[in-house]
Order: sequence, then C-alpha cells, then structure tokens
Amino acid sequence: MPVPPSRLLGAAAFLVGAALLSPPSLTAQSAPSIPFEKYTLPNGLEVILHVDRSVPIVAVNTWYKVGSGDEQPGRTGFAHLFEHIMFMGSQHVPVGKFDQWLEAAGASNNGSTNFDRTNYYETGPSNALPLMLWLDADRMGFLLPTMDQEKLDLQRDVVKNERRQNVDNVPYGRFLESVLPVLFPTGHPYSWEVIGSMTDLSAATLDDVTRFFRTYYAPNNASIAIAGDFDADSAKAWVSKYFADIPRATAPVRPTVPTVRLARDTMLVVEDRVQLPRVYQVWRSVPALHTDDVAMQALAQVLAGGRSSRLYRTLVYEQQVMQDVGAYQQSAKLDGMFVLQATAKPGQHPRAAVQAFEQEIARIAREGITSRELERVRNGMRARMLDELSSVLGKADRLNYYNYFAGTPDFAAQDQARWDALTSADVQRAAATWLQQPKVTLSIVPQGKPDLAITGGSR
Amino acid sequence: MRRPMSCAAIAAIAGVTLSHATLHAQPVDRTAPPRLAAPTAVTMPTTEERTLPNGLKLVVVTQRKLPLLDAVLVLRHGTEADPIGKEGLGALTAALLREGTAGRTSLDIAEQQAFLGIRLGSGASLEQTTVSLHAPTAVLDSAFALMADLVLRPAFPQAEFTRVRSETLTGLLQLRDRAPAIADRAFAALLYGESHPYGRPTAGTETTVETITRADVQRFWETWYRPNAATLILVGDISVEDAERRARALFGGWTRAELPLIATAANPARASTGITLIDKPGAPQSSFRIGSVGVARDTPDYHALMVLNTLLGGSFTSRLNNNLRETKGYTYGAGSSFAMRRAEGPFTARAEIVAEKSDSALLEFMKELRAIREPVGEEELEKAKQYLILGFAERFETTADVASQLAPLVTYDLPLDTWGGFQRGVASVTAADVQRVATRYLDPSALRIVIVGDRARIEAPLRATNVAPLQLRDAMGREVPRP
Repeated sequence: MPVPPSRLLGAAAFLVGAALLSPPSLTAQSAPSIPFEKYTLPNGLEVILHVDRSVPIVAVNTWYKVGSGDEQPGRTGFAHLFEHIMFMGSQHVPVGKFDQWLEAAGASNNGSTNFDRTNYYETGPSNALPLMLWLDADRMGFLLPTMDQEKLDLQRDVVKNERRQNVDNVPYGRFLESVLPVLFPTGHPYSWEVIGSMTDLSAATLDDVTRFFRTYYAPNNASIAIAGDFDADSAKAWVSKYFADIPRATAPVRPTVPTVRLARDTMLVVEDRVQLPRVYQVWRSVPALHTDDVAMQALAQVLAGGRSSRLYRTLVYEQQVMQDVGAYQQSAKLDGMFVLQATAKPGQHPRAAVQAFEQEIARIAREGITSRELERVRNGMRARMLDELSSVLGKADRLNYYNYFAGTPDFAAQDQARWDALTSADVQRAAATWLQQPKVTLSIVPQGKPDLAITGGSR
Repeated sequence: MRRPMSCAAIAAIAGVTLSHATLHAQPVDRTAPPRLAAPTAVTMPTTEERTLPNGLKLVVVTQRKLPLLDAVLVLRHGTEADPIGKEGLGALTAALLREGTAGRTSLDIAEQQAFLGIRLGSGASLEQTTVSLHAPTAVLDSAFALMADLVLRPAFPQAEFTRVRSETLTGLLQLRDRAPAIADRAFAALLYGESHPYGRPTAGTETTVETITRADVQRFWETWYRPNAATLILVGDISVEDAERRARALFGGWTRAELPLIATAANPARASTGITLIDKPGAPQSSFRIGSVGVARDTPDYHALMVLNTLLGGSFTSRLNNNLRETKGYTYGAGSSFAMRRAEGPFTARAEIVAEKSDSALLEFMKELRAIREPVGEEELEKAKQYLILGFAERFETTADVASQLAPLVTYDLPLDTWGGFQRGVASVTAADVQRVATRYLDPSALRIVIVGDRARIEAPLRATNVAPLQLRDAMGREVPRP
C-alpha cells in the first residue's frame, strides 16, 4: 500500500466545504455534538479533550495561530516551509526520530498550513498518546537548540518540490498565484499563495526561522485538541508534565485587512501547458462566520456544486459546451473569496460560460433560489457534518477550528442554527451584494492560443 | 513591494526575554521518550453473511456509533472484461448507471442524490466494479431505492450515452496535461504489454472509446451485472435482519445468469532492465515509475511482502522516502507498492523528481533496489512490523473504513475473517523472510523504468548514468513515429 509521504499544504488551504458544517439530521435525528472539556494552562496553552472510546485510537491535533497571512513581504511561503522544519527534530529528538519513534508505535503524523493557521497532528493506537504529547512538547519548547542551516536547506528543497508537484507541473496550477495579488490589494495578508514563490523560498534564512519560532510558536498562541480513547486525568497529567514549563511569549497580533476593494473588473490571461482553456471568475466576498457566509456557501452549491446545480445543467448537460463547472466560497478568518470556474470542451470558447455565470447570478440576485434548492443545500451540509464526526481526527480538528474561529469549541449548535435560519432572501441579498461587485476574470489557455481568453465584457 | 515589519513581530521578539520569567514549573527530564503502556487489543468488526436465492451475497457489519450507513455493491469483474479494441467499456458502463433508469432521468438522479445529502458513486477498476452509497440512516429508504434502481434498471438513454462518451473522450484528451497520469498508463502498458489485461488502459484510449456504442454498453451490463457475481456489503447503523429484509425487497428480483470466463493471460517474458523516456516538454519534474511483475493477492508471502514494502517505500521513514526526500531533497515524496491482484500485479516504485536531479535520482533508486536484497537490521525490521501491527486499529475506524477493508476480500475471494490474522501474520515475519521475498520478487536486472519528463533536459544525463539502455516512446508507451 503506497503511503504518499506528505506534509501537505492540505486541502485546508481551501477550507471550502469543510468550513461550513452544521450538525446533521434530515428530520428526527438528534443533533450530534462533540462533548469536550477545555482548560488553559498557566502559560496560555489551550487544551481541549474529547473522549470517544469506540475504537482504541487517539488523535492529537495542535493548531498554531499563524498562517501565510502572517508572512512578511519577500518571505511568501515561509509559514508552510516552517511547518516542514517542525518535523526535523528538536533538542531531545534527533533528526529523523520524530517519525521513526511514532511509526514504531504504530502512529502516523502530518501537518498543514493555510492563510490563518498551521496544524500538526498524530493519529495512532491509544497507548501512543504520551509519546505524541512528548514529541509535540519538545518541538514547541525546544526547536531552536538543534536548528541548523542543513535542516532548513533540506526542507527548502522538499518544499520547492512540493510546489513543483502541486503547482508548476499541474495543469491550471497557477490559478491562485495569478488571482490573489489582483483580487486582494497590495499588503493584504491573503494577496499571495500559501506555497509561496520560488524566489522567496530561496531567500529564507536561519534568522527567519528563529524569529518566526519566537514570535508564533509559543504555548499562548496554540491550542491542542486530543480526541479518542484515553483517560482524561492521565491526559491532563501528561499535558501538564510536558507542556507546563514551556514559557509564554508576547502574544502576536494578526495582520489587518485593508478595506479597499477591487475598483474595476480585471482580465488576466495565463498561457499554460494545457489542452483546453479554462476560465475563472473570482470575487472578494466575506470571512468565515460573517452574516453572509452560509448564504455564499449555498450560492456556490446552487450555481455549480455538482450535477444538480444550475450551471452544470445549462453548460455541461444541456448545451454541452463545457467539460466541467465548479464553484466555492472560501471563508477564511479575515476575509473570503468566491470562485466560479469552467473548462471548455474542445472547439468551444469559454465566453459561453462567462455569459451563463452572469445570467444566473443576475437571476438569483433578482429572484432568490427555490425552496427545493435551499433544502437541498441544507441537507448536504448536515450530511457533511455527520461525516466529520466519524473520525477522531476530524473531531479534534473541528474543535480547534471552532475554538479559533468562533472563540469556543462549543459552536456546533450555533453553526447549525446559521443553516436553519438561512432563507432564499439571504442568498438573493448575498448574490446582489457580493457578486455584482468588480471581479477578476482569469483565462488559462493553451500556449499560443490567447484568442481563447476572455478579454472583454461578456455583453 | 515591501511593507515595514509589523508592530506585532517586533513586540513578539522583545517578548521572548520577558517570558522566561514565567518559568516556574519543575524541570522535566526530557532525555528519553516516555515508555508506553501495552496497546489495547483491536477487536475486529463482526461480519454476518447471508445469501439470497438469486446468489447475491450479503455481508453486514452493525456499527451504531452514528446514524450513518455505508453500502458497497461489489461486482466481481471490472475493466478486465473489456473486449479487445473496446477498452473503456467497463468504465463507461459504470458511469452511465447514474445517467438514467427506467423511471428516472439523469437530472432526477442527480437532484435526488443532492436532496438526500448522500454520496452515490459507481466505477470500474481492473478486477471489480462497485456501486457505493454513503447515507444518513434517516433517508435510507429513498437512498437504497435509488441505489437499486441504478444497478437493476439503467436505461442507458442514447442522448446521455453520446454526451458521457464525449466527456470521456475529453477527459482522455486532458490526460495529456498530466505527466504522472501518462507515466502510470505507459508503465502498465510497457510492463505487461498492451494485450495483457493489466497492460490495457482501464479508461480506454481516444481510439477505443470512439468505437464504443450504446449497444456495447447494454450488452456489457447484461453480461456482467449479475447477482451471482455480486456481494452487497453494509456497514453502519443497521441490524442484520433489517439489512436482509431490505436486500431481498430491493435486489431479490435481480436475475442470475452464467458469466463468461475471462481468459487468463500469460505473464510477459523476463526482460533485462531498460529505461523508457517519454517526452513532456517543459516539465519541471520527471515522473518515475520503476518496477516489475509482482505477486497475486493469494501469495503465501503476503505478510513478508507487506513488511518488505513498508520498509522499502510504504511509510514515511521508508528507505526510498528517507533517501530521495529526507536526505537528498529531490522530491516531495517517494514510495513503492505491490498491487496484488487475481494474477500477478505490478510492483512499482515511484516519485516525482525535480528535472535536474533525474540522473542522480535514478542512481539512488537503483541503489535502494539493490540494497533491499541485503539482510535488514533488527531495529528497522521491528519499526516496520510495529507500524503495521499497531497502526492496524486505524483501518477500522469509520463505517467507510470498514467497508473499504472488506471490499477487496470479496473481490479476491478471501475469507471475511482474513484481517483477524493480519497482526499475527506480520508478527511472524523474520529478517530472513524479508530477504527471501526481496531476492525473489525484486530483481534489479529485470526492471521496467518509465520516466516522463523534459527530454531536452534529462535525456543525456540519464544516458550517462549507464544504468540501462534508454528508448524513447510516445505518451501511450508506443514507438515514436519517425517524421
């Protein structure tokens, strides 16, 4: 069985569907919750425990409240590069032993970075819990004594290969790095991609590592969620033993978001090694938990979320001019964006998609969505929540998400309430408010075929 | 454009000095990792089996943690049943199940699926076809009815057939954009030959899919979708009685029929190691696939091979990943696998390698594939074994996990309690076993090496390694037509 070894810049960079769970129940089922206990160590480390003894496994999930949005100009990609360095050993853990000891205990691990946070997690048999905590504590408290240029250089090479594998050698892979600097104004924390540029990755120094660690990797900037088969008292004792003497640091301040918005529609054209042209339209929208957050999620589903959506029906099914369509609302902590995309069938021009986008958005802004569409979207969201409650790692990550984004792990019920309260008028207003603003239109076209790009208004 | 360093960062640096004052707890002895208690024994899910009069087998695992159910209908045949020249037929047939039934249109099906909040998929791989359902139990009646309708009453409307075939052809065109996908397809074709079922492309080619007609699809479904060649696996919030009652009501009318035999194909003759280079101009990475014909799923060496592969390329700390990624930095990840099938499936080692290190990476791959035949040390062996033994519990966490562990047992005719012996089987593997299977199944002098990358940059350095003769092929793995 291949285990693709990865410290993925996970799907978390696109916390799309995942960010909008609401508890389930199509009708009579009681709303599942994630019972938890939360406390804070004197050094500021937040600890969240969720006991589920159904399977003898455990997940430890640590969130540091730092992401690519905290990077400095000239150092894009650094938060994610740093994530890689966190696996290279610490004062009491020689290089390589972090993974070797965990594997010998039957455990796996990974981490991911997005705009807002970096997470690290281990899963494995429940008896491995103290080892997981001990390892996580050592890198939280004692990373720098054994940090050196060699570790940095090695992971820099690995990350550059991650970029090649997920961006440069992937068709349409340059989508985000083309759009973000235009969609968000200069200086906006989301105006560059999480993976960063090759130039900036090359420029990162050992001093950057030290400074970043001291600024962000302190217990008072982190929360640790433990979920699964364990005894709460033992877990508390281990957490206290391994983490309590790690000193706090001055709390970092997150960047602010410029209020300035895109002034006019902007057309971008990128040539790529692809067979078919694809068009993206991207709007700046709303952050997670904003009043219009769920309305925008619903809008994405109704417009192009799967084979029951409006644009699938017109462009892929009826007219058969597009190979695929898609939409999502990305609700990050400080801001958000809304994306529509379509790939043209051979011989077709993406213009047809852009016209359909405009028509459907206008229709929803005028008429709202049907009650059937509303119910469909709600049911889909409830089912997704149930799925996330299926695994201890999913629950641990969800608890940390609510803790950071909503200020409390106890947010599942309120999250569901947002969906229960959603109306067609909300979706209508959201479409009118956010999607009739200036947008970025990006065409990614086959090399030498700029005529397949969108270059003017669709009217 | 630079902006000044934020106040936050400056304050934080200053804060570090202050923070040491808060250090008051007793220092902890951190010199060694904690000793762990004995692991909790893993309890295997209890399976109940039933057989309907029409031959449909039922496997039920009751798991009531959440109001969810996973159902997987496993049909014993897949794209291996594609007629020669109609490659892609099995995959197209499976896709078309969702495109209309006697009583529902394609859009009805999609709408119903979304409304119920369920996942309902169908697909064919080499040796099995599956229709899978993931549903909240609150909507089970409707969800099951929809699933059964897809399997038993597909209408294959002509218009939907034409559209989906066209989408498939477009998908095959787009495959040219992805070097890793080109490498996978060419590796299979070059290792087994295009007339062997394991060498033929499961999704077909643009040429073969063009020739498929609606009548072909109808015939494929009538021939291969039969209850006596099917098993329905149900895992989740359901009792055995309820499961059986539902299965009888929904699938009881499915009629049995004899299935044709699929001729077994001879393995290709042993060939000495050779490199095939497929040009992908401008590719920043080279896709490496290196391997040989391996073993069938019923091999008596199963556990020894699992241990061997775990330490060679099946885990993060494995030799291939440790060398090519964590030591050399040539890749984001390297790994290996034994695909065990009814007959001997491929062993494959793989990685996406930065273009300018293609030659160095080839040498490292060869070094590891030679070294694995030497005796393995005790610590490394134990780590691999414990990783498999203790990590086993995680494979049975969710209803979907359990269903996915059971499905291959059905496909490969293995007893449903097979996993109950896994930990014991791995525990019994010795260093001598690992060396024996490495020597037997991994022969560095008889490897297919397929590399898809930027020929202009990598051909000369690859040739200069003198690892093996190098031939150029097109994206299908065929000879490049001379201009």
